[in-house]
Amino acid sequence: MSEEDIVTPAPADAEDLPETERFEGKYPIRIRGLRNAFGDQVVHEGLDLDVRRGEILGVVGGSGTGKSVLMRSIIGLQVPDEGTIEVFGHDITDAEPDEVIGVRNRWGVLFQGGALFSTLTVAENVQVPLKQFYPELSQELLDEIARYKVVFTGLPETATSKYPSELSGGMRKRAGLARALALDPELLFLDEPTAGLDPIGAAKFDDLTRELTNRLGLTVFLITHDLDTLYAICDRVAVLADHKVVAVGTIPELLESGHPWIEEYFKGPRARAAQGTFEAAKAQGTAAAGKHLDNTDPQGS
Amino acid sequence: MREWADFTIEEAGGRLTVAISGPLRVSSIGKLDPQLRAIEEPVQTVDLSEVTEVDTVGAWVVQRFVDAHNAVVVGASEQADVLMEAVRETQTSADVKPPRLPFFTRVPEFTGEKVVHWFQGVYSTIAFLGAVIAAMFGTIRHPRRFRGKALVRQMELVGVSSLPIIGLMSFLIGIVIAQQGAVQLQQFGAETLTVNLVGRITMRELGVLMTAIMVAGRSGSAFAAQIGTMKLTEEIDAMRTIGVSPAEALVLPRILAAVLMMPLLGFFSSVVAIIGGAVIGDVMLGIPFLTFLARIQEVVPLHDFYVGMVKAPVFGLIVAISGCYQGMQVKGNAEEVGLRTTQAVVQAIFMVIVLDAFFAVFFTEIGWG
Repeated sequence: MSEEDIVTPAPADAEDLPETERFEGKYPIRIRGLRNAFGDQVVHEGLDLDVRRGEILGVVGGSGTGKSVLMRSIIGLQVPDEGTIEVFGHDITDAEPDEVIGVRNRWGVLFQGGALFSTLTVAENVQVPLKQFYPELSQELLDEIARYKVVFTGLPETATSKYPSELSGGMRKRAGLARALALDPELLFLDEPTAGLDPIGAAKFDDLTRELTNRLGLTVFLITHDLDTLYAICDRVAVLADHKVVAVGTIPELLESGHPWIEEYFKGPRARAAQGTFEAAKAQGTAAAGKHLDNTDPQGS
Repeated sequence: MREWADFTIEEAGGRLTVAISGPLRVSSIGKLDPQLRAIEEPVQTVDLSEVTEVDTVGAWVVQRFVDAHNAVVVGASEQADVLMEAVRETQTSADVKPPRLPFFTRVPEFTGEKVVHWFQGVYSTIAFLGAVIAAMFGTIRHPRRFRGKALVRQMELVGVSSLPIIGLMSFLIGIVIAQQGAVQLQQFGAETLTVNLVGRITMRELGVLMTAIMVAGRSGSAFAAQIGTMKLTEEIDAMRTIGVSPAEALVLPRILAAVLMMPLLGFFSSVVAIIGGAVIGDVMLGIPFLTFLARIQEVVPLHDFYVGMVKAPVFGLIVAISGCYQGMQVKGNAEEVGLRTTQAVVQAIFMVIVLDAFFAVFFTEIGWG
């Protein structure tokens, strides 16, 4: 992989990009009857999930329950064996290629390790999706966009000209987030964004996610193991177990479901500690979290 | 067809108002931005009341224009206000790429860097050789630490699995030498000397040399890429912390495998090349196949065989060391793995050919001509 592989844009002619109205429907992501299997090992079987517009949906599950596979299925990196996945109302499981292009420029993905292009600087990384989809933008504007996106995600401005190998793990995550946000997406996928961050960094990342969602009207699909994140910023939580989504809802709703894994997960000592911290913070009125939830209707932007 | 953001300029009492209309989004801003940048007259007001949608890129473009003209914004939607406020906080003028030095600084810096790198290369080569030798003595003193399984596995990869490709290559080379040699020798009526030509040149030179080049391409590159990737994924560091020496666990088995397999592969290659020559002898020159093989025994002196077998392990050593050394030097990014792998192969083949020339002169001087 050299610099030229990535930087030289070979986009479909910009004029060919379908007009994309902001998605106004209720569910940006709808999954029905999803089945994924690797050989004999079944990961998903009859999995249904709806993600509401404007919410932060946390996805939890034990190791090996297919959280990352679910995300890869939605973003089209993993072709499912059965089932349909609708993103912004387009069925992406067997969609026309240009229909998928109309979807791809409306989501951003943050991979676990950041997955930055190692031969490009942070700013150039942010510019890759912009150049790919919007070749008409001038270099001047591209540079300006890259700068404010990088600072927006809480990186120091000196980071723009650095290469990924010169950054720490937490900085790489933020740089990855800056790239995920490059196209001002409506839908953001975060794969374990706070894993490997120190508690202060993780809390800041949570605040950032919440703030971005509020400001930009994002819908967030967030895979996490971090109980603090779940309590602090997630509007709803989906639990993956037994090859499917066994429950979706706010944490109190989940506890009523009585599923043994959920009981163990949210009533363990670590969960109680996280809940304690969260409630103490809320009592002091310092928590940026806890947006009022309207469970009957999705929250628009 | 996409809808582009547009604008009009209105003048009222010497005051200019820029009224922007349409969606202000990253997908629709491409034509508006250069036009706004081109406006030189001072603008007092920016009217956003006709704007349908805004995202951060749109907000940025308006904010930058407003700041440049010290203008006032009117008619902005609530969301536009929020986003413009957000991008205003994040203004910066940091570099997008590391700064590029002026020519007269860059050239000496580049030259100096190369020189320093060269010395560092010499130093780290010696350090690497030292580590390998230390690992060798370490395993001799503690034979239990020797990794027999890894050695056998590497011997399979370097030796057994390359038999088909080396066999095919050698067979074809034997055919080419015999056929081309016969054409020339026929002019003197000495086509029977084709046997000498094929036998001596493959045993002495080509068998081992071509095999070394093939092993450098097949195994030397694999060594560099494997070890380099392990370096990137911190596997080598993990080994060190557990107390496993990478030189013992990774480098030594590979070097030993190459040193042990090269003589066998080289001999195999010579034999197959002679068979190739014998086939041509039978078909083109009328020398029966078995007579050709019997003649080989008479015309190829034993020391030709020794010359080949002395060179083979040395070539194996060079190929393996250069592969492992380059692999251990990888740091930073994926591009480096490719670069180092290429370097390992080029370096190995170059060194093998230089040494082969040296050996040729040396063995002739000591009377093994």
